Amino acid sequence: MTTAAPPRKIPGLGMLRETGKLFALGLDVARGFFQRPFQLREFIQQAWFIANVSILPTILVSVPFGAVIALHLGTLTRQLGAESFTGAVSVLAVVQQAAPVVTALIVAGAGGSAICADIGSRTIRDEIDAMEVLGVSAVQRLIVPRVLAAMLVAVLLNGVVSVVGVLGGYFFNIILGGGTPGAYLASFTLLAQLPDLWISTIKALIFGFIAGVVASYRGLNPSGGPKGVGDAVNQSVVITFLLLFFVNFILTAVYLQVVPPPGS
Amino acid sequence: MGAEVVIEGLSKSFGSQPIWRDVSLSLPPGEVSVMLGPSGTGKSVFLKSMIGLLKPDTGTCVVNGTDIVRCSEHKLYETRKLFGVLFQDGALFGSMNLYDNVAFPLREHTKKSEAEIKRIVMEKLAMTGLSGAEDKLPGEISGGMRKRAGLARALVLDPEIILCDEPDSGLDPVRTAYLSQLLIDLNAQIDATILIVTHNINVARTVPDNLGMLFRKELVMFGPREVLLTSDEPVVEQFLNGRRLGPIGMSEEKDSATMAAEQANVEAGHHDGGTEDVRGVVPQIQPTPGLPERQGERRRKDRVMQILHTLSPEAQEGIIESLSPEEQQHYGVRPHQLVGAGQHAGGGAAGSTMPLPSEHHGELPAEDVANRPGDRAAESDSGRHTDAQWWSNQ
Repeated sequence: MTTAAPPRKIPGLGMLRETGKLFALGLDVARGFFQRPFQLREFIQQAWFIANVSILPTILVSVPFGAVIALHLGTLTRQLGAESFTGAVSVLAVVQQAAPVVTALIVAGAGGSAICADIGSRTIRDEIDAMEVLGVSAVQRLIVPRVLAAMLVAVLLNGVVSVVGVLGGYFFNIILGGGTPGAYLASFTLLAQLPDLWISTIKALIFGFIAGVVASYRGLNPSGGPKGVGDAVNQSVVITFLLLFFVNFILTAVYLQVVPPPGS
Repeated sequence: MGAEVVIEGLSKSFGSQPIWRDVSLSLPPGEVSVMLGPSGTGKSVFLKSMIGLLKPDTGTCVVNGTDIVRCSEHKLYETRKLFGVLFQDGALFGSMNLYDNVAFPLREHTKKSEAEIKRIVMEKLAMTGLSGAEDKLPGEISGGMRKRAGLARALVLDPEIILCDEPDSGLDPVRTAYLSQLLIDLNAQIDATILIVTHNINVARTVPDNLGMLFRKELVMFGPREVLLTSDEPVVEQFLNGRRLGPIGMSEEKDSATMAAEQANVEAGHHDGGTEDVRGVVPQIQPTPGLPERQGERRRKDRVMQILHTLSPEAQEGIIESLSPEEQQHYGVRPHQLVGAGQHAGGGAAGSTMPLPSEHHGELPAEDVANRPGDRAAESDSGRHTDAQWWSNQ
């Protein structure tokens, strides 16, 4: 027999391959950050665009989010008799967990899906190929500015969510919940510390990167035809969400190990 | 002069499905080649493999000494600047107008001033008949215009190799003819190596110097146009005549039972789908009068005459008949000589008024080769002119 046996199908191999390609693109993009020329125009346009589509939803989400945490904590701390800690826990929860996750969800949902659809339609129209053939790296020219834009907007929105979330918590806790403003504000620094703000920012940065890279990856590899682009957009959002919570878990676990809680 | 592309043993498969196997050919520098093939035989994949957009499984594709398949990323981007590629739908950047599209490669790769860019872009747009449309977005123009704009963009960097993916698809016959003429004129002007992938019979018959055909996952043939145009290989013959009768079916292949049934039908008087019998060598499109002579055509004549004895009698006949009487004398060949008809058609009479060139072996000096009579008169006393000089003297 001269014909070679058909390669055996190993379950999960396809998924592994996709994951590998995703990481490869992530590395390419990371390397692209340091390569010149930097596409400043594209970067500003994209940052403006992503900020535009995500700022309103972010604020609208972060107000009730902060409120839910505040209300929950309000009743919980009252039961435990630790009302003075409400502000501390609320700020910790909002800044460290809620803000980066909410930001990333919005950046992925609003910005990432747009990036994916844009890149995807360019791919099926051969625009990406055409660009590559003209000797211009599509990763350098299109993807890097978009990922950087997603990261920048994620960090900035993270700040917005933190502030709006804390304000929302304050409003619901003090005005509606009948708490004492002094105790609420004074306890801010009781549990929370500066590294919390850092980890929050770093998380937002990493989540923005993930959202940008996943959206670009799915956009560069749509599975055939215009329908493929629709599927790719859908998948990019879902994949980003999954990765987001997983990475959040890892980062939080590492943070809790590395940074000692205040007072210890 | 255009770059030479040498492809050896190239194979590509998607998963376990082979697209084509062991394709070896070389695109001679400065010549126009056409790759034919029924739909779905991987012509576009072949083109994309040539420029490193897809990675072939095995084989090499050497351009200017660089193996596209295995070279570093940096080298690949450098080599790609030699290429101008026309994609099926033009592949214009949807967010830019035509002017910016055509200016894009210049802005990315050169440090030219905006004024200079404008001059080049306007020139290329005029060349492709798009003057006045530079402010339009790709979404606002017809498919034919998109295609021409794509060609203009492929040309701004003065490529040494031009690849065209189905330049005729979606174009009417008149525009296709114009595009064919444009490609030939381009070849005459910048002497680029051109590869056209198509399934248009007319383009295949009139445009190229060399023809190739992909079918059944392999390269059936690649060689001088006369060889394929006179070939009695069933696939090639069927395809060039656009008939149903033959090995190509609606799906890629057909079985012998279907073939026999169709044969029986045709013998019983059922039409076979071909509009006319178009076998044989037809004259090639020439550059528009006033343009310089195609350098590639000259070189090709030398090359083909060297391998003439290896070709089939029909192909030899076709090649010899396509030469002018003077050229027939230069190369020492006569029409119908090979089939033994013994006619001395035309050549003798014209030859008697012209001085015979001295005998040469191997490659002839440039001034002795493939000149039209007009050229020869202009050049006879002053020896070797470049074509540009000759042209400007006119």
